[in-house]
Amino acid sequence: MIEPILRVTDLHVSFGAVPAVRGMSYELAAGEVLGIVGESGSGKSVAALAVMGLLPRGARASGSVRLRGTEILGATDKGLAAYRGKTISMVFQDPLSALTPVYRVGDQIAEAVRVHQRTGRGQAARRAVELLDLVGIPEPGRRALAFPHEYSGGMRQRAMIAMAIANDPDVIICDEPTTALDVTVQAQVLEVLKTARGETGAAIVMITHDLGVVAGFADRMLVMYAGRPVETGSVEDVYYRTRMPYTLGLLGSVPRLDRGGRLVPIEGHPPSPGALPPGCAFQPRCPMAVAACGTAEPVLEPVLEPVLEPVPESVGGPRHLAACFRAAEVRSPVRSENAPGEGRARPEPIVLGVDGCGVSRAVDAGGVGVRPESVVLGVDGCGVSRAVDADGVGVRPVPVVLEVDGLTRHYPVTKGTLLRRRVGTVRAVDGVTFDLREGETLGLVGESGCGKTTTLMEILRLVRPAAGRIAVLGRDTARVTAADRMAIRRDLQVVFQDPMASLDPRMTVHDIVAEPLRAHRMGRPGPRVRELLELVGLDPDHAARYPRELSGGQRQRVGIARALALEPRLVVLDEPVSALDVSIQAGVINLLDDLRSRLGLSYLIVAHDLAVVRHIADRVAVMYSGRIAEIGRADRIYAAPAHPYTEALLSAVPVPDPVVERSRRRILLDGDLPGPMGRPSGCRFRGRCPRFAVLGAGERDRCVAEEPEIRWSGGDQGAACHYASF
Amino acid sequence: MMAGFLLRRLINYVVLIAVATSLAYLLAAGTLDPRSNYQERNPRPPESVVDARLDDLNLNDKSPLFTRYLTWAAGVVRGDFGETVTGDSVNDDLRRRAGVTLRLMLTGLAVGSVTGVLVGACAAVRQYGVLDRVTTGLSFAVLAIPTVVLANMLVIGATWFNDLVGAKVLLVSGEVTPGLTGGWLARLLDRAQHLVLPTISLSLALAAVYSRYQRNLMLDVLGADFVRTAMAKGLRRRTALVKHALRTAVIPAVTYFAFTFGTLLVGTTFTEKIFGWHGLGEQLIDSIFTNDVNTVAAISCVAAFAVLVAALAADALHAALDPRVRAG
Repeated sequence: MIEPILRVTDLHVSFGAVPAVRGMSYELAAGEVLGIVGESGSGKSVAALAVMGLLPRGARASGSVRLRGTEILGATDKGLAAYRGKTISMVFQDPLSALTPVYRVGDQIAEAVRVHQRTGRGQAARRAVELLDLVGIPEPGRRALAFPHEYSGGMRQRAMIAMAIANDPDVIICDEPTTALDVTVQAQVLEVLKTARGETGAAIVMITHDLGVVAGFADRMLVMYAGRPVETGSVEDVYYRTRMPYTLGLLGSVPRLDRGGRLVPIEGHPPSPGALPPGCAFQPRCPMAVAACGTAEPVLEPVLEPVLEPVPESVGGPRHLAACFRAAEVRSPVRSENAPGEGRARPEPIVLGVDGCGVSRAVDAGGVGVRPESVVLGVDGCGVSRAVDADGVGVRPVPVVLEVDGLTRHYPVTKGTLLRRRVGTVRAVDGVTFDLREGETLGLVGESGCGKTTTLMEILRLVRPAAGRIAVLGRDTARVTAADRMAIRRDLQVVFQDPMASLDPRMTVHDIVAEPLRAHRMGRPGPRVRELLELVGLDPDHAARYPRELSGGQRQRVGIARALALEPRLVVLDEPVSALDVSIQAGVINLLDDLRSRLGLSYLIVAHDLAVVRHIADRVAVMYSGRIAEIGRADRIYAAPAHPYTEALLSAVPVPDPVVERSRRRILLDGDLPGPMGRPSGCRFRGRCPRFAVLGAGERDRCVAEEPEIRWSGGDQGAACHYASF
Repeated sequence: MMAGFLLRRLINYVVLIAVATSLAYLLAAGTLDPRSNYQERNPRPPESVVDARLDDLNLNDKSPLFTRYLTWAAGVVRGDFGETVTGDSVNDDLRRRAGVTLRLMLTGLAVGSVTGVLVGACAAVRQYGVLDRVTTGLSFAVLAIPTVVLANMLVIGATWFNDLVGAKVLLVSGEVTPGLTGGWLARLLDRAQHLVLPTISLSLALAAVYSRYQRNLMLDVLGADFVRTAMAKGLRRRTALVKHALRTAVIPAVTYFAFTFGTLLVGTTFTEKIFGWHGLGEQLIDSIFTNDVNTVAAISCVAAFAVLVAALAADALHAALDPRVRAG
């Protein structure tokens, strides 16, 4: 058997008495990609830092980490420094803070070269430029002299990768390398990582919470929960022949771009590392838990597969291990028709969550009983709410609750301290038009800086916009009095992104939910608060708690309860689930969907995650650089995008299904989002547009000269492209 | 780009100096009473003589305050701060004394800030370690003791030390020994012996403040991602801490420099008095007692100028150290 490049055995890390990693083992063969998946607090990043010897002070690590056969855990700083950056290197999550702000990017890369190689300054600087070129930085010679703040997020992450591969390492650990990036930039960076891997032949440990990224990128994967690996195996084994209920739940709760329908959340929330439940850490949330689960913690054991063909045993092995007493009974519902090697192939894939009890179904398929409380809320929920679309011809006869016409928001950019002068304009929102009808959900999607949040804030201000017109519930915001505005606010409520920051930490849940009732003098709020908490799936006894005593998902439910207190007709949601873990997110998405159908609400949802929007929105508006690129019914846009930007955006979103993900054609966009400062001529997207690139010269003239307005196809789908592909 | 940035700041500062000095003059001229200097004399000079004398010095409270201000301001614009109550040139007096104060302040500032930054950085790296606890205790003790007490304690300590070694190693009065003969080396040594105690007295408080400040700044960046990146590249912890962490954390401390400069001018007042250095601080106190309006205004002007030069130096250093502000 070949010696693995990296062998981690029984790694434990604790902070004081709190265990963060509780026994982690894996092996990494040369050139292999191992995906490590887990939610926040599962210990995946801490484990990576322990391998690098970069744990913060106060953390204690034990076990063994062997790099090319040499033990490096607990080595001296000097000993570790010889490996770090040379044999094993790391790419961190947040590219905005991972580069030293006061040194030039080129110098920082050259420093990595010079730490390990005997080269002169000039040669190291030349090598830095070569590396920047390799990771796809345009004009690398000039860019090497720039400082980190002059780089965009994607470029900084490229620079980090350049630094990581500077000394041709054997292992690159990537800790959430694309989490902080926009989806088109994520696609670029993953591509760069593939290039880097090809160039250096390095093995990669890819740590992420995104099951789609792992599906497309990794060979093998390891799922972590509460500091322990709970399932590991080849990507196909874990996705298609899942044996651990947690993995199964994770796969069921991930919003997917390629299928809509109801998500199946995992009940409860991840345990805090300081207070783990007895026995299996997942047992309190597990729909399959039996008495034995509460007594002992299951260990990772090989899964007995109905082996069809013998698999060659190599390093680390494609062995499939799961930590569950009932692993043999678990059957994966997430199947792809073309998934290879499934023993007892099913004729049709089970689509989860049609009626909100997918978990029980999935488990029933394995022939086991289910705990009744594992049936997820809102059995009556889905299906009904989409009545608006059911006719399918795009006629939308219901009344309009929100009308936005030509909305514009520009910010002046000034310079100078004594004499301020205007040097430019940020065109945050530059002529946005859409409407929202009763009972409908409109998803406003786009990458950071496209103006989606600004649009939302302009609507919430309820004043006359700089240009254009906003009408909320039929009333033009330019012509409302202060009293009217107060009245409109009863019908227009908002849910914010960060559930911790949007709740006053010094108020109890009761006071938070009662506040709008008091502000609008709605009498004694007590019974109504209990009712609201029950409505959003919280225990009414939580009313006495403070926000910090709640989990992220519970906090967001409090935010939703507060928004619903006044029985609004229109709820505006700014990234309502982006701060939540996947398993929690699904529950909140389902809740929003149920509430809409039950209370007849209209939603305007701003989100950057296209898969989330797919699951909740009836209609979608895709924004680019302050304008709407494409708008229309969600199912149509996701199935057949007409605008080249929508097409590229959708293709960049990874799908958590290895076979599907690997066969997808990805449209890579060049460069970054344009700065909103410039005064664009013609189409703003043409600089990055793959369609523009293949147009004839005569056709291009139109893109250069004329700003495209939205053109409508027959079935309520509009695209701002001269050459839209309806 | 950087020159433009500094030029813009410079214009701001000139305006600020003008405003600060004018206010100081108006305040001094409005409250101090030079006439009383003559009223206490025996025999008392006749009123007309006093008036004539005060008119000469532009100190006569019978002419309107604004007229006096204009006369004074016209002189200042030409570079003439007028005359003291005794009729000497304020400029000459100031020039002599500014040199004394500057020598004292610059050494104090250099020693204090460097010590403070280093102590603070080391304390942060080993947070809650022995060094951290000891320096924390010491700096709070120093901050709690007024300069007067501290300086006198130093004098007592120095005397004890001199007795102990049986030679006058530390000199406690004046800047140089009067009538000293010998080569430049002997003169330099003599100056250094005089300088030690006042420098310690000035820099202790400064180092105490700086170390607290730097400790917090350093703690902020110790856990920063870029320090981790530097170590992930293969830099030793110590190198990463100095080259990446301290280099970044020292930037705000440099800006703080400007503010300490102002407080230091006040700090030197006591130090100068106690150690018998005839500098600006001593002069400021004396001139208030002698109702010397022009000197008070002139010293205020010098102080404002010094603070703003320090601020400008801080801005220049800030811009040199931090590429992010250059775009400003």
